[in-house]
Amino acid sequence: MTTFKLNGREVTVQSPADTPLLWTIRDELGLTGTKYGCGIAQCGVCTVHIDGQALRACVTPTGAVAGKAVTTIEGLHSKGAHPLQKAWIAAEAPQCGYCQSGQIMQAAALLKSKPRPTDAEIDAAMNGNLCRCMAYVRIKQAIKLAAAPARARKRVKA
Amino acid sequence: MSLSLGDRREAIALSRRGFMITVGAAGAVFALTSPAQAADTYAPTIWYVIDKAGIVTVHVIRAEMGQHVGTAIARIVADELEADWSKVKIDHVDSDPKWGLMMTGASWSVWQSYPLYSQAAAAGRIALVGAGAKLLGVSEDKCVARKGAVIAGRRSISYGEIVARGELAGQWSAEDLAKMPIKKAADRRLIGKPAPARDVPGKTDGTAVYGIDAKVPDMLYGRPVLPPTRYGSQVVTIDETAARQVPGYVNAIALQDPSGTVPGWVMVYAESFAAADKAAKRLKVTWKGAAASRKVSEADLQDRARDLIADRRAGSLVVDDPGVDAAFRSARSTHEATYSTATALHMQLEPVNALAFEKDGVFEIHTGNQWQSLVLPWLAKALERKEETIVMRTYLLGGGFGRRLNGDYAVAAALASKALKGRPVKMVMTRADDTRFDSPRSPSVQTVRMAFGEGGRVTAMDHAACAGWPTQAMASFFMPKGDNGVAYDPFAISGADHWYNVGAQRVRAISNDLANRTFRPGWLRSVGPGWTNWAVESFMDEAAEKAGVDPLAFRLRMLDAAGRNAGSAPNSVGGARRQAAVLQRVATKAGWGKPLPANTGLGLATTFGQERTMPTWVACAARVKVDPATGAGRVEKLTLVADAGTIVSPDGALAQMEGAALWVLSLALFEGSEFVNGQVKDTNLDTYTPLRMADVPALEIEFVRSNEAPVGLGEPATTVVGPAIGNAIYRAVGARVRHLPIRPAAVKAAMQA
Repeated sequence: MTTFKLNGREVTVQSPADTPLLWTIRDELGLTGTKYGCGIAQCGVCTVHIDGQALRACVTPTGAVAGKAVTTIEGLHSKGAHPLQKAWIAAEAPQCGYCQSGQIMQAAALLKSKPRPTDAEIDAAMNGNLCRCMAYVRIKQAIKLAAAPARARKRVKA
Repeated sequence: MSLSLGDRREAIALSRRGFMITVGAAGAVFALTSPAQAADTYAPTIWYVIDKAGIVTVHVIRAEMGQHVGTAIARIVADELEADWSKVKIDHVDSDPKWGLMMTGASWSVWQSYPLYSQAAAAGRIALVGAGAKLLGVSEDKCVARKGAVIAGRRSISYGEIVARGELAGQWSAEDLAKMPIKKAADRRLIGKPAPARDVPGKTDGTAVYGIDAKVPDMLYGRPVLPPTRYGSQVVTIDETAARQVPGYVNAIALQDPSGTVPGWVMVYAESFAAADKAAKRLKVTWKGAAASRKVSEADLQDRARDLIADRRAGSLVVDDPGVDAAFRSARSTHEATYSTATALHMQLEPVNALAFEKDGVFEIHTGNQWQSLVLPWLAKALERKEETIVMRTYLLGGGFGRRLNGDYAVAAALASKALKGRPVKMVMTRADDTRFDSPRSPSVQTVRMAFGEGGRVTAMDHAACAGWPTQAMASFFMPKGDNGVAYDPFAISGADHWYNVGAQRVRAISNDLANRTFRPGWLRSVGPGWTNWAVESFMDEAAEKAGVDPLAFRLRMLDAAGRNAGSAPNSVGGARRQAAVLQRVATKAGWGKPLPANTGLGLATTFGQERTMPTWVACAARVKVDPATGAGRVEKLTLVADAGTIVSPDGALAQMEGAALWVLSLALFEGSEFVNGQVKDTNLDTYTPLRMADVPALEIEFVRSNEAPVGLGEPATTVVGPAIGNAIYRAVGARVRHLPIRPAAVKAAMQA
């Protein structure tokens, strides 16, 4: 049994401690917004926040998050209206959408540490997140849109 | 070559259908019905429903895998029906024989849906105006339909109310429907206008449901243990000793598959996927058989292709003009080159999976799939039950790219459930398993020859292409016959039947039998055009140099829209003239002919997109900088121009072009695998390395404004970027590369050649 905070609520799970956190979240806790892609921390579709840090749930043992705070895409904003989520919709960033939970979680961690990232900083932070539809142009555009102050947004979008 | 296919599809769309309206408790159902046509596969079909609240529910048979296809099709209906867009809903339907062919691929969705849904919607609008006029007590000519209502002057009645009043009646014959007037382009209110794609919000907050997210109570999880070869392996022993120590492990069963789809697969069952995964790693299985397939290498596959090309009798003559050999014999000069492409993988990010169970006498398969009509007969055979008692429930696809045209995974899940008397089993493939039994893009080899007459005039072209054929492996009923009576995979040769006027032309398509035996060749986004155009468009630059002509001028001269390249209504009006236009435009935009920095080249390529019967005219200019020390090329900018006729969803169209261009840049420079001992060498994203954000070049994309028939956009960009990069590398440093993917070492070697 492992006890941790999931999206602000304390949970105790039965999954063995060595079960990848990804499967505990998806199958035991029933939150399926976090995806399975490669299982070896190469694609980023399983990205969640653990104590605020963007990490890959597929290689994180459930036991390792005991007492920690885990945030998934479902917990990023209660109404799905985080600035990044709004920007993602405005830019129509997703195609198949499968990687987008991970992309958004990665980007959210980036903006927390660097509210106005440069292009190079965005590339560096996002390079671990693969988008097989290759929707990178819009993912980047959405990050900039979310990072820009409101009055500059129109310009970024154009 | 694909004329027969195109004809067939038009027949699918229009043949033997009556159109009628019936009013039921649920509302007005505008149905295309087939009168007593038992042999017709395209049985009664229902495209949309309007309810009493005026909600128009559009039934979409196409899979949503990133194209925002539901939005595009619903906009077509709403525009012609004059519906209120805010009251239009999209329903991605489950499998049912009434839908006819359920297939999402080949960039067909909008092209095929446009006439069908427009005509169905036009008929509905006419019926609503007729009934609305009666209810308003005015003549029909005093009424217009707008935004979900029939309006006469200051009075109006909503579609919902008309439905509620039950005044709808009418029937149209197939001929009436085919003649059903569709609005003029100038009257379109939604098509071509921006609108948010309906599938996007759910993909930003975790609520979008993919196949892998499907769940029902009391389900077990399954992870297959795969045999060493795709075909011919039989299970000899299963040792569960170590697996039993995994908490949650249930058991392991060798699947019995009468359909032959998943021979030698063993299913590991457990209470959770994590346990099934862990136990599968500990299960010891031995197989026998298929000894020869276990040794096949990439070189073996390529060698077999070269041998078959050398055998002039091999293959199907897809284009076979008289005079080809005579033209080569009398040529002033000739040019010949051989091109190859390596095995390429789908790597869609959601590994294939399916949930299966039996309920109330019906077998339900919950999964994301691109070709339900193909897999349902496999399922029927595997489960030994009638197709009518099997239903495929529709989910979002975490990437399609053609992988999910092959529904083998649905068969495995169904058999896993059948082995437990129909108990729900959710089978998930690990990434490595998904990749090992991907239906990869076959390696290919192609030899292209051209004959030149007086003044460098092109007098003949001969193109032979050999690869494993997905359509032969999985859907042989889709294969037309060439001029020599030999059947061929149309999707695996499309592109070689180009719109250039090259004099006498021959196209020979050859199936690589060794590839077909070793693995299950797959349809990978654009299929053949992904390799045929690598040959055609690389060759055009080589031939231009041989003829002493600028590659742009060389192409434009042959895109003369004469003879069979003149084009025809409705899909290819203007013919090669439109291809010449996009090529000229892209050259101008990209600054063709202007000086570039050292070791930097601009390369051109142009194609007709996916299929000759529905050409999307597309051209690309790639600017590539090559490091002469290493041979590494960096794509600095891709400029693309496309003429896809009417653009239904402008933003969705742009997104497809952006993604497809980068997708194939990735294939050209960053991907590619090889067969080693009968299996693909790379099984995960540590060694198979698609493009990432930092490698994205500048993109400039333009669509030609057009009111011609809408065609397809999911694939066209994937057909031009590779050869444009190859041509740019040549112009940058003089290195002609003829193998995809392009590796720095190959560029370096070609520089020194």
